[in-house]
Amino acid sequence: MLTSLPLLSITIFLPLLGAFAILLNWGNKQTSLAMNARWVALWTSLVTLGLAITLWWNFDASSSEFQLQDKFQWMPLLNMGYHVGLDGISLPLFLLSAFLIPLCVLVSWTSIQNKVPEYMVAFLVLETFLLGMFSALDFILFYLFFESVLIPMFLIIGIWGGSNRIYAAFKFFLYTLLGSILSLLAIIYIYFEVGSSSIPAALVTPFDPQIQTWLWLAFFASFAVKIPMWPLHTWLPDAHVEAPTAGSVILAGVLLKMGGYGFIRFSLSMFPEASSYFTPMVFTLSIIAIIYTSLVALAQKDMKKLIAYASVAHMGFVTLGIFTADAQGIQGAIMQMVSHGLVSAALFICVGVVYDRLHSREIADYGGIVHIMPRYAIFFMFFILASIGLPGTSGFVGEFLILLGAFQVNTWATLLAATGMVLGVAYALWLYRRVVFGQLSNPKLKELTDLDWREKIVFGPLAASVLIFGLYPMPVLILAEASVAKVIDQFNLALEVDGNLLVDSKKSLEVALLRKGQ
Amino acid sequence: MAEFYMPDFSLIPPEVLLALSALFILMEGSFVKKMSFRRSVHYGLVALGLALFYLIFQNEAGQSWVTFEGQIKQDDFIFFAKVLILLGSIGTLAMSVPSMMKENLTSFEYTPLVLLATLGMLLMVEANDFIILFVGMEMQGLSLYVLAALHRDHPRVSEAALKYFILGAFATGLFLYGISLMYGFTGATNFDIVASVIRAESVNDLSLSLFVGLIFIMAALAFKVSAVPFHMWTPDVYQGCPTPITAFIGGVPKVAAMVVFLRLMVSPFLVLYGEWQSLVVFISAASMIVGAFAALGQTDLKRLLAYSAIGQMGYVLMGIASGNDEGIQSVFVYLTIYLVMFIGTFACLLSLKGKTPEGVQEMEDLRGISLLHPRLSFVLAVFMFSMAGIPPLAGFFAKLYVFKAAISAGLFYLAIIGGLTSVVASYYYLKIVKVMYFDALPAVPSASHGQLLVLSSEIMVVLNVCAAIILIFFLFPNGVLELAQRAALALPI
Repeated sequence: MLTSLPLLSITIFLPLLGAFAILLNWGNKQTSLAMNARWVALWTSLVTLGLAITLWWNFDASSSEFQLQDKFQWMPLLNMGYHVGLDGISLPLFLLSAFLIPLCVLVSWTSIQNKVPEYMVAFLVLETFLLGMFSALDFILFYLFFESVLIPMFLIIGIWGGSNRIYAAFKFFLYTLLGSILSLLAIIYIYFEVGSSSIPAALVTPFDPQIQTWLWLAFFASFAVKIPMWPLHTWLPDAHVEAPTAGSVILAGVLLKMGGYGFIRFSLSMFPEASSYFTPMVFTLSIIAIIYTSLVALAQKDMKKLIAYASVAHMGFVTLGIFTADAQGIQGAIMQMVSHGLVSAALFICVGVVYDRLHSREIADYGGIVHIMPRYAIFFMFFILASIGLPGTSGFVGEFLILLGAFQVNTWATLLAATGMVLGVAYALWLYRRVVFGQLSNPKLKELTDLDWREKIVFGPLAASVLIFGLYPMPVLILAEASVAKVIDQFNLALEVDGNLLVDSKKSLEVALLRKGQ
Repeated sequence: MAEFYMPDFSLIPPEVLLALSALFILMEGSFVKKMSFRRSVHYGLVALGLALFYLIFQNEAGQSWVTFEGQIKQDDFIFFAKVLILLGSIGTLAMSVPSMMKENLTSFEYTPLVLLATLGMLLMVEANDFIILFVGMEMQGLSLYVLAALHRDHPRVSEAALKYFILGAFATGLFLYGISLMYGFTGATNFDIVASVIRAESVNDLSLSLFVGLIFIMAALAFKVSAVPFHMWTPDVYQGCPTPITAFIGGVPKVAAMVVFLRLMVSPFLVLYGEWQSLVVFISAASMIVGAFAALGQTDLKRLLAYSAIGQMGYVLMGIASGNDEGIQSVFVYLTIYLVMFIGTFACLLSLKGKTPEGVQEMEDLRGISLLHPRLSFVLAVFMFSMAGIPPLAGFFAKLYVFKAAISAGLFYLAIIGGLTSVVASYYYLKIVKVMYFDALPAVPSASHGQLLVLSSEIMVVLNVCAAIILIFFLFPNGVLELAQRAALALPI
């Protein structure tokens, strides 16, 4: 079959090729140049999506191993290699990234008019970094992709953003850089402990619990800013509000998931003792995030800001789920990340659709648009309900599984998180009522037109996937099952071994076998 | 009767060539009236190119020679340093042509001075003896003082040149005093003999004057690399000198001085690692902190770059502070990448006009130029992101190796300080990107805002080569790494 081709690497670097193609066109007439750039970006990202689906097809979900691996010597002197591969935890997020980029290109089709080629190049480069980040199996490579994301995102917010874009771009950049620089130091430390920068090798290396605490905190600084956890979330509302629509889509859809992915892949798998030690702290922060940011969302006057705060609350569920260290909890967290990637992306597009027409994000400027934009109202309602977690939508599956997992670990946390869900219903429905229902009070609204064909093409696949994963979530859950089970087994075994002060030889043999992956 | 001893001359043709070319250009300039500035620069470039050519073909990997009674040495370590110096000089000399002409600095003495300074730096790094080291240092120092003062009827330039000279002379004095103390203790100026004498005694028995001498030598070198607390001259000199001169003073000589610093610390003074390490850690941390915070408020581009250079040197010193193989490698990788970024950044500044037609001075002069010159601003943005250490650009790898060296030596706090200051420093690098890309053109631009200086082919070549190296370094990191590893192996560590 296709196994002889380095399919994964081709998928990762194809967008870069598209970016080059756009750059080569530099110097023609302005309008045709912009159009070419749009089409090249769209086709490149669609082909990438196709390749990503092929990868899914070739993926064996019953195995917990890294699959579709590509490997070559990159810096042989330092034992740092180029090594990529996917497992059940990274593949859903990999697919999510590949799925959202074509939509981003379509969303920006008419709303971005200046520096179009540069804009498309930024998105394609961003796609390469994101795909590479989720599939990297080498620490240095992972960090390279992880932090490279900052450059295109900084430019996207800063060049094509709203009025306060400079402040937002700097805040985004410096916040995330501050977090990730600490994880770089931790990565270098791990490199010396393991003797190479290979992630699979590090995953089976037991670390001294004393040192785990420091390493865990260093990684936490990075991922907690990225995901973001309260109280490190303050960059997010600014960045979301000021970014262009597609920028918000990719921020909420994929960039936040980098944090969740990091927690599962590194914090939980490599530092089980530290993770269990810090679980109460993570739970507390998650609960605060869920309740506090839901309340803050209630008070927002700006639509994008409201959705941004809602994102923080939803990510609170994800961190809660991950640190239950329970199969349902982590599966739920992955499901929730995929679902939130789709739903929040769709909600930001919903805001973008009316923003393109009225150039206002103020809730007060709207009201009664159901009368003039009925189709829009239907889509908006569907995504609002999915955000609430209505059964039948993907949002329900994720949150339910997380609560199920959390209930077995900590009933109080579950209770409080469920309260947060009620608040979520309040702010989401209230937003919908104020924007869509009521009287057409603002005369400017009368000139709005309903969705055009391009916007329908964008909303169609999003709505379909939210519905499908809501009714039949098994594709995602089956994908993740084996890998999640492996993470949890390792986690429990490590703690069990520590629990028994007298480690008998049989047990440690068992540990060794399991760490080798049987 | 002493046997007649003929030194091995095969090592020094590059140096001889540079000296002769400098003399030749001076002669031709004095006696042939119509010597154009550009032609003298081209002579200089050819001389430097030939020297580089000879150096590369004569060198054999893994070999080490000593000649002139053990005063001059060549090994992989020195080879790497010499290649860097020659390449850096070629780049800076080539890109200075248009703006030197713009500033009416077309005296033919320019090229010979650059050549002599380069010769001095070569002597500095290949010296195996304190006397030769001192001679080389003075040779480059005196040439640079004259270069700094080339614009002699401009008050600000004279001030900068005077500052540079007085503080440089002060550093020289310190260095000389340090050497004499060293000589007083060990009875020798040769590095190998000094090393063996120090090694023969246990550290506790060593005389105090030796440590005083060591500290004097370190202080003088810290002056040369503008490390805190000996950095005061840097911003003034950077700002005061004409930009092409700044590009020369701030780039290659720092690399040469840093290599000497590294060589002295890990070769003759390695036994005293426990004694000098804390000092290097201190000046490294202080440089990073001052470099990061002092630049935040700067609006003058050259002042900003001066503080940035102070910070960057702090990272290199982190590599020296590690004092192991990894440290040496990281210093070389960092210096290589830094030199490329530095020359590239100045090549960008040298191709633009600002408020005044002479060139860019203020950050405001870059406002909105991405609309006028997409490629130039792209390249400058690449250098800025790289200086900030953001992957996948080369600057990230430089920082990565330095952090790796620091952690391998257990210098966790220094690494953490380095990480945090790099976040602070990234703010002002981003500010330059912001001015170019996020801001609109000024409402009432000055007549020359954003216009290009006469672009010469030389500057385009330098600019494109530097940008390409920074952009695609991540594809081929091995070449530089291997050279750096060989350099590290050449030292008896």
